[in-house]
Amino acid sequence: MIPLLSVCDLRVGFGRNPEANEVVRSVSFDLADGETLAIVGESGSGKSVTALSINRLVDFGGGRITGGSIKLRRTDNSIFDLTTAAEPQLTKIRGAEIGMIFQEPMTSLNPVLTIGTQIEESFRLHRGLTGRQATAAAKDALDRVRIPDAARRLKYTPNQLSGGMLQRVMIAIALACNPRLLIADEPTTALDVTVQAQIMALLAELKRETGMSMIFITHDIGLVAGIADKILVMQGGEAVEQGELNQILDNPQHPYTKHLLHAVPHFASGRATRADGRRESDRSTEPALKVDGLVVRFPVKSGLFGRATGAVHAVDGVDFDLMPGETLAIVGESGSGKSTTARAVLGLVRSTRGTFSARIRKTAAGQGALPVQMVFQNPYASLNPRLSIASILAEPVIANGGHVNAETRAKMTTLLKRVGLPENSLERYPHEFSGGQRQRLCIARALMLNPSVVVLDEAVSALDVSVQARVLELLVDLQREFGLAYLFISHDMAVVERIAHRIAVIYAGQIVEIGDATSVLSQPKHPYTKKLIAAVPTIDRRHERFELDTRQVPSLVRPLGFEPSPAKWDEFGPDHKVRVEA
Amino acid sequence: MRIFRGVFAHTSGRIGGAIVALYLLLAFLGMLGLTPHNPLMQYRIDRLHAPDGAYWMGTDLFGRDVASRLMTGIGQSFTVAFFSVAFAALAGTVLGLAAAWFGRRWDGILMRIMDVLLAFPAILLALLIIAVAGPGTWTSIVAIAIVYTPIFTRVVRGPALSLKAREFVDAARTFGSSPTYILTRHLLLNLVAPLTVQVTLALAWALLTEAGLSFLGLGTQPPAASLGLMLSDSRNLMETAPWLMIFPGVTIMISILGFNLLGDALRDILDPRMRRSIA
Repeated sequence: MIPLLSVCDLRVGFGRNPEANEVVRSVSFDLADGETLAIVGESGSGKSVTALSINRLVDFGGGRITGGSIKLRRTDNSIFDLTTAAEPQLTKIRGAEIGMIFQEPMTSLNPVLTIGTQIEESFRLHRGLTGRQATAAAKDALDRVRIPDAARRLKYTPNQLSGGMLQRVMIAIALACNPRLLIADEPTTALDVTVQAQIMALLAELKRETGMSMIFITHDIGLVAGIADKILVMQGGEAVEQGELNQILDNPQHPYTKHLLHAVPHFASGRATRADGRRESDRSTEPALKVDGLVVRFPVKSGLFGRATGAVHAVDGVDFDLMPGETLAIVGESGSGKSTTARAVLGLVRSTRGTFSARIRKTAAGQGALPVQMVFQNPYASLNPRLSIASILAEPVIANGGHVNAETRAKMTTLLKRVGLPENSLERYPHEFSGGQRQRLCIARALMLNPSVVVLDEAVSALDVSVQARVLELLVDLQREFGLAYLFISHDMAVVERIAHRIAVIYAGQIVEIGDATSVLSQPKHPYTKKLIAAVPTIDRRHERFELDTRQVPSLVRPLGFEPSPAKWDEFGPDHKVRVEA
Repeated sequence: MRIFRGVFAHTSGRIGGAIVALYLLLAFLGMLGLTPHNPLMQYRIDRLHAPDGAYWMGTDLFGRDVASRLMTGIGQSFTVAFFSVAFAALAGTVLGLAAAWFGRRWDGILMRIMDVLLAFPAILLALLIIAVAGPGTWTSIVAIAIVYTPIFTRVVRGPALSLKAREFVDAARTFGSSPTYILTRHLLLNLVAPLTVQVTLALAWALLTEAGLSFLGLGTQPPAASLGLMLSDSRNLMETAPWLMIFPGVTIMISILGFNLLGDALRDILDPRMRRSIA
């Protein structure tokens, strides 16, 4: 049997001299009908370029195929070489025979057209359907991707749907003409874990229903276990290893594959939590940060005079305390209020109610400075590109009335060395550093004022897995060395397991479960915590079917003057509380 | 010093820098009176004399030497352009930053005032101001500055609004940085690129607006020379004495080219991301 797709010695280059700037070098693989190939690699490994070469979208990004062949077996069993095809032929193949979904569902759809129109377009172009027929086909397509109430949703514009719903719409468009090959380029990276699990479940189901082949590109080797038949590992533009799923996951040969499998945080249901720095049972020490009844509301205004008619209850009565040297992880999905909590603690958003007190350290430098500092998610956006590293590190000191003297300079160099950056970094600029190095810079900057609490808002989420592992190690080391308390905000349970001593699960602005990390992860009590943990992808769950859950997150907009009923807690063990749902 | 070396290392910087330096030299010589002839002296016998060894660029209707008048005209036009653009850039940056920083009501009020100013055609607004204040070099400068302020305000406000929402500004707030520090180091420093581009464009427009005002008799007053005035005087003699139009026209054109090249170079040099590749 001839494979559906046969890629042989593929080379792709960019720029004016593509032969000299090759980013994909000699990649070969075969894909049979109904098979799923996962291409795994870190950023810059050439995995997306390989996939984009198959439907030749790489041409539009300035790339050129410099060698090799991509042979597609078409519906009529003729063999067609995509590398030499002309654009009009490719237009017919794209969509009809090769479908594609992208990473960002929010930007892949046209914001001013209804999703109905956008799905119909695919039917109009490839099947020649018009009018009512096209609308009916679009409704069927939405039903197929399990969007409830499809007929009404056709009239929605993209801004009215959540990210997970939009990704389903993208899948519906890609599958409109029953392509025999679907290319999915990091389709779940921009989504929440529970939504990610839903999309993965949907893709697996659709694959079974239609029998299509799939190329799944991801940086997360843990994610592919549930869906792939074969894995291709890429590094620096070359395929370093490929083979059957079980063979690669259980018996990797290439050192890079071993490294990737080792670096990716494996979720171990509370068995891999930290043993050091546990909370002591006697509560004699004063907490580094104590938050009491924190409420953040944003008014919703409507009508001619902009009267407040309601409020978004972003954070609704959150209490916790954080001991020195302890990590409290705040876990939840986007929109749950976890970032707002952090920003309120730092004073970046004004809290409506509630108190927080943080312990100020007695040190000479930065007297009266905020004892809470923050490291942001995106290391590319949180450093001013026009300032040298010396100016960036000096800013917190200057802001608190200090001067750039010998003492400050000495502190800068020690901290730079401590976070593992070269000594000559001070005179350089942010763009000369990689993402991981920039995040180290942000950590160094946060430590310039000797804070007692550091808020880490998804601080490792944007990094590649191997870099992520090293930054996590650094954070743990720094915590031991300086006795820092971390407020670690994350959606990734596997990362949280590695760094947290305690975990607070937040849902719709309220803590639903809080307690010792081992206890919460091994015996989750609240249904939402269970759902979050069930959604974590691991390499142990091979070909496991996820339950498809299409429930939407409830609206946080409440009428004016609404107050939630006071929380009642069930106690499980010495340090594990669960909110009782009314 | 670093900027000078950067300009020299940059290809379009070298060309643009050379052009601008040449103009400055000519203007300086013109100011010192080191011109081939007296720019105001009327050589009655040599009226409308074509360019030759004695009069390099010919003479005008009154027998005045075009080359000498051009040298003093460059000084006059450049003074007006430089000062008006400097004032406009300064006022526009301050207003744009204020609108972006204070937001809400202030943003609304400031930007609506700017919209009103923008609604007038540039030359009409300048005419209005000069009609009230009376003609002269300094009124021209002020008038042109007012005309171009709204453009700078808009150019600054947009990027400033987006920069204000960036994470490094949030980070600065968490250290407790003062608004002055955030405004100068985080916002203004990142506005250098759009501002440089805008300044070079505005210099070219200001030269043309000054020419336009002089053409209408409201800018530089005769018998003093400016590039625009010379160009406007040439219009009736275009066929009999084409050099009267060609030389001032080409002078304006090359100066604008010089400003644009120099501006491109400055934009690259001031960007730390480009520095390594140039130097």
